[in-house]
Amino acid sequence: MPKLTIQDLKRIREKAHKHMTLREGEAKVKVTVHMGTCGIAAGARECLETLLDELAEPGRTDIVVTTSGCLGMCSTEPNITVEIEGQKPVVYQHMDRNKTRQVFRRHVLKGEVQTDFALARGK
Amino acid sequence: MSNYRLHLMLCGGTGCQASGSEKLKDILEEELKKRDLSKEIAIVETGCNGFCAQGPIMVVQPDNIFYQKLKPEDIPLLVEEHFLKGRPVKKLFYKKPASAETIPHIDEIPFFSKQMLVVLKNRGLINPEDIDEYIARDGYMAAAKALLEMTPEEIIEEIKKSGLRGRGGAGFPTGVKWEFTRNAPGDVKYVICNADEGDPGAFMDRSVLEGDPHAVLEGMMIAARAIGANKGFIYCRAEYPLALKRLDIAISQAREYGLLGEDILQSGFDFDIEIYQGAGAFVCGEETALMGSIEGKRGNPRPRPPYPAQKGLWGRPTVINNVETLANVPKIILNGGDWFSGIGTEKSKGTKVFALTGDVNNIGLVEVPMGTTLRTIIFDIGGGIPKKREFKAVQLGGPSGGCIPEKYLDTPVDYESIIEAGAIMGSGGMIVMDDRTCMVDMARFFLRFIQDESCGKCTPCREGTRRMLEVLDRIVEGKGEPGDIELLEELSAMIKDTALCGLGQTGPNPVLSTLRHFRDEYEAHIYEKRCPAKVCKELISFEVDEEKCKRCGICFKKCPAGAIEWKKKQPAHIDKEKCMKCMTCIINCPADAIF
Repeated sequence: MPKLTIQDLKRIREKAHKHMTLREGEAKVKVTVHMGTCGIAAGARECLETLLDELAEPGRTDIVVTTSGCLGMCSTEPNITVEIEGQKPVVYQHMDRNKTRQVFRRHVLKGEVQTDFALARGK
Repeated sequence: MSNYRLHLMLCGGTGCQASGSEKLKDILEEELKKRDLSKEIAIVETGCNGFCAQGPIMVVQPDNIFYQKLKPEDIPLLVEEHFLKGRPVKKLFYKKPASAETIPHIDEIPFFSKQMLVVLKNRGLINPEDIDEYIARDGYMAAAKALLEMTPEEIIEEIKKSGLRGRGGAGFPTGVKWEFTRNAPGDVKYVICNADEGDPGAFMDRSVLEGDPHAVLEGMMIAARAIGANKGFIYCRAEYPLALKRLDIAISQAREYGLLGEDILQSGFDFDIEIYQGAGAFVCGEETALMGSIEGKRGNPRPRPPYPAQKGLWGRPTVINNVETLANVPKIILNGGDWFSGIGTEKSKGTKVFALTGDVNNIGLVEVPMGTTLRTIIFDIGGGIPKKREFKAVQLGGPSGGCIPEKYLDTPVDYESIIEAGAIMGSGGMIVMDDRTCMVDMARFFLRFIQDESCGKCTPCREGTRRMLEVLDRIVEGKGEPGDIELLEELSAMIKDTALCGLGQTGPNPVLSTLRHFRDEYEAHIYEKRCPAKVCKELISFEVDEEKCKRCGICFKKCPAGAIEWKKKQPAHIDKEKCMKCMTCIINCPADAIF
């Protein structure tokens, strides 16, 4: 391997830092997939996989994808909650791969709430 | 790499590995694979997390959930409930001592929330075997700054401004040491990292080396640039296999990136590091003995001056710094000397890492700003004394240090205040002792250590500490005579004045400090033939005080020799023919009735 220059060092820092934001609590957007038994049965895993694929695309930092238990409204599963720092969380219902991709690209990245799929706005 | 949704930060320090973290890692990998989660959940083996008593430890990010005392059989449940379904497992959370309350988040546990991390800023956050993760947290940025933007004089000025003092224990200003070495004539100079940590109960340097080895390499690189050296040595004891392994990995990764070697970062500066393993002699932590050892000679100290700054390794000007000192250096260069001197007290700047151990609830690695009181460290962070016993004293500085009793617990941690209270800052070993510790016996333990480790070169240390040990042995065996205390004091003063190196000069300190704070215990041993803490077997009569005896029969049930006669509602009686003096009855008696 050729010798590092200061630019190389900075480049490694940026690259490695991206996957470490998860550990440092610096994320500005948190996407939660509700993964109770009901959610998993309704297809929450596919939504989660879609989110992780989206996250892997370059330039997408400051976002964490996490899971939690059942939200309590099993009939509306799969549910996804999007929390952007400083805004009220939005819960989406009846998600699938396509809807999840749309929510990620429009809401998470651009801040446009996808009201068609939304179930409620949280506190 | 970023498509992981969870990072499982599994502690891979020596403490957690000893309690089984390696095995947990295998089982975790297996379970994640079974549930098809391997692609979305990463296992990261970190350096020491610090809370060693609760090991094996795993912190789950980004949720910040702290799991403790994990066992292989907990893993399937954990994977299913938390990692698959998103429901953290409460029964594996941290529990507050003496209550059923659980705390899920690491930053809410008092042990962590009251610390301040400078040296340990990467603790539990990076994989120490991956240089990229160190670089992600600004690693080698300080070296880049020192090499490309600063002159050696500016580096020294910044370190002097920071007020950083040697963390090995003596507290000599680091910047001044560097300046002496820079100004010493000679074209070949060396940097040595002293990682020969040997005090009983101390494990700070080991944890830094295991958890963040690149920080030490970077500190050495900056020191080398400042003094004009091109070669560095890390003198690490062979009893630290994990630290040596991770240092090895770190050095080869740094070489691969060209961060060690020739023309580092195109600055024209060359520097490389070699590891030298110590073979287990305590005295080799003394700087002149350490250098002798690297030179291939017997590890004996030599008189100073000349100091290493003038004539060090192979007669060349040499800087020797402790692990923690060097780990502080990159942070100072990056954030500035003023930032560092803003932390701490007037004369002691920055933070100090302590290895908290002994009779204390939260055994582990603790970093606090200078000026924090001992009480805060022991009771707030350390969680106090277990088993409802009373605090008696805290030992600082290992065999060169001393004990601090209850009335000095509000002493702030800084070099001068600790000396006033009768101990030394030392390298950071902090052994807490409860009321069942005999101070004479404790002093004897440390003196025996010194006697074992004395290299034998100078008479005061070789013969003097032996005579002192004989007196202490006599006292502990109940054969103490009037005049023994005075004899100990006289010998101590003599050894302090005449011994060749730091080991001998400070050797009598454990005796002197216990004489200062616990003289009455020595007197009880000598004049009353009594050990107040009931530790010294020869001074215990093994009889039952019938008035104090609760007639509970615990001693009867516990005695392994069947030497106790007891019937319901009758006081116990000890048959001295059968008694083996094993102390079981004394330790277990709830009424303290056996004397």
